[in-house]
Amino acid sequence: MARPELLRNFRSDLLYRFLTSPFILVTTAVAGLLIVAALLAPWIAPQNPFDPSALDLMNSMIPPMWQDGGDARFLLGTDDQGRDLLSAILYGARTSIVVGFIAVGVAVVVGVTLGLIAGYRGGVVDVLIMRIVDVQMTFPAIMVALLVDGISRSLLPRDQHDRLALFVIILALSLSIWPQVARTVRASTMVEKSREYVQAVRVMGRPPVVILFRHIMPNVLGPVLVIATINLGVAVLGEATLSFLGVGMPATQPSLGTLIRIGNNYLFSGERWIVLFPGLTLALLVMSVNLFGDWLRDALDPKLR
Amino acid sequence: MLNYVFQRLAQSCIVMLAVAMIAFLMFRYVGDPVSQMVGQETSLAERAALRDQLGLNDTIAKQFIDFVGRTLRGDFGLSYQMGQPVDQLLSTRLPATLELSFFALALAMLVGIPMGIYCGLYPRHWLSRAFMILSLAGISLPTFFIGIMLILVFGVELGWLPTFGRGDVVQLGWWSTGLLTVSGWKAILMPAITLGLFQLTFIMRLIRSEMLEVMRADYIRFARARGLPNRMIHFGHALKNTLVPVMTIAGLQLGAIIAFGIITESVFQWPGIGLLFLQSISTADIPVMSTYLLLVAAIFVTINFIVDMLYFAVDPRLRSDRSGGH
Repeated sequence: MARPELLRNFRSDLLYRFLTSPFILVTTAVAGLLIVAALLAPWIAPQNPFDPSALDLMNSMIPPMWQDGGDARFLLGTDDQGRDLLSAILYGARTSIVVGFIAVGVAVVVGVTLGLIAGYRGGVVDVLIMRIVDVQMTFPAIMVALLVDGISRSLLPRDQHDRLALFVIILALSLSIWPQVARTVRASTMVEKSREYVQAVRVMGRPPVVILFRHIMPNVLGPVLVIATINLGVAVLGEATLSFLGVGMPATQPSLGTLIRIGNNYLFSGERWIVLFPGLTLALLVMSVNLFGDWLRDALDPKLR
Repeated sequence: MLNYVFQRLAQSCIVMLAVAMIAFLMFRYVGDPVSQMVGQETSLAERAALRDQLGLNDTIAKQFIDFVGRTLRGDFGLSYQMGQPVDQLLSTRLPATLELSFFALALAMLVGIPMGIYCGLYPRHWLSRAFMILSLAGISLPTFFIGIMLILVFGVELGWLPTFGRGDVVQLGWWSTGLLTVSGWKAILMPAITLGLFQLTFIMRLIRSEMLEVMRADYIRFARARGLPNRMIHFGHALKNTLVPVMTIAGLQLGAIIAFGIITESVFQWPGIGLLFLQSISTADIPVMSTYLLLVAAIFVTINFIVDMLYFAVDPRLRSDRSGGH
């Protein structure tokens, strides 16, 4: 019976490498801390930036605590609507991370399924799926996302669109990520399907669905894990970019990109903290996730360096 | 060889047709073309006449063929928002985007290749390590954040460079260039750095890893044994062999530059096609969107094709493989 390669790697080699590299331990700690803090935002943030009754316009544009005119209640200062910036960053990062995880999750499910089918079936199905992948990979991810957003904007009425913005972004991002997953899974499936264990289960008369998902899938997931991690950074960045460009999350639901967009308007009037802190948070988040992804790739496949 | 060229050409055409199909479906089914073109006071009869005149009552297949025909003739319809022909809108803005893109790519290659060679030749030198750490920032920092930081430092704090627009432009026929005036050069600097930084680090890392690989090869050892000077080994033998993958990547990166160009143009209010595309999205201006889609697809497909052909011309192994395998 096929033993999942991924798990075998995990148990010995990967864990050892992980624990012996201080660099990756620090990187993972930073990424983990940011993600946990963001997910716990409703419980640890000093203020709820979604709640209009908690906001006071009198508190708008207060600089960070250590600057002149700072207020101890607002560690990183406040924005133009009197929102505590630290809370807004935590909630914003939460939105960005949740969007990133779901988008990558959807892309992985779709990509793995279609990649398995294309690689195992071959023939017309394969050609069809791979041509769709080719056409989509012709376009940069951010453009696919922009197009999906533009189309949804003309199909939906304005108030509807704001409510559905979250789902539109997730759709747009996963649409731009799944082709990579599908392509990789297809390539490994084509290698796996001629292996002896697959022939064995086929002779046993198992249906194709069982062969694909029970036997082949565990053996092709290694590279998918790497692609997913790297694309988590890409997705978070994509959400931030879309929101920054004004086609992502509406201004009432802060994400890191929306905050930077708001801050960008006050660049010239001296309120720099509004753009600086969300921007640094985003950079730190994306960088640590990327570094983790790079490390994972090298650790799982030394040839790929 | 010829066989391969035709095969690639056919593939390119299929991709373009698929994109045209998407553009057509967007144009036809996203929003109603007629109600976008006429005012409130237009009667139903007039609308019906317009429908007929636009061919919206024909079969879908005929409509698609007409659409492809119009596209090939360069007729992309009128912008819903601005009422001008889309091809006019795009062609007045295309020079700005192309100048920015090529400037950024040139910057990335002129700086990235020497840095990559240095890091590849002396991987343990402190300067190489510094380059590698800097390149991490270049890869991970969001494009728009880099742009904002540049504006903050050089535009707001120091006041050296303009923070938006492309300065004074000079008309050369239909091409408007900003590269003939001082203010134009000042204006292009920050957007080009913002846009080129990712490519720069990408090219640098690629050259570095290729150089490291090549320097271990047998023919480098033989070249050393023959007593060739270092300069000859490094540039005559090693660099030459790293350039094939770099060429491919550089070509494909031009596409990425177009994508990131949308963001850069938005940050610096650069009056190019990316900014136009962004505006068309927020106003649901379908003709502009679908034309931009077609344009970008055409650029991508052309670049891919040229890169494939160059690959073929540069690397003799590919040629013999092809003729033997097929």
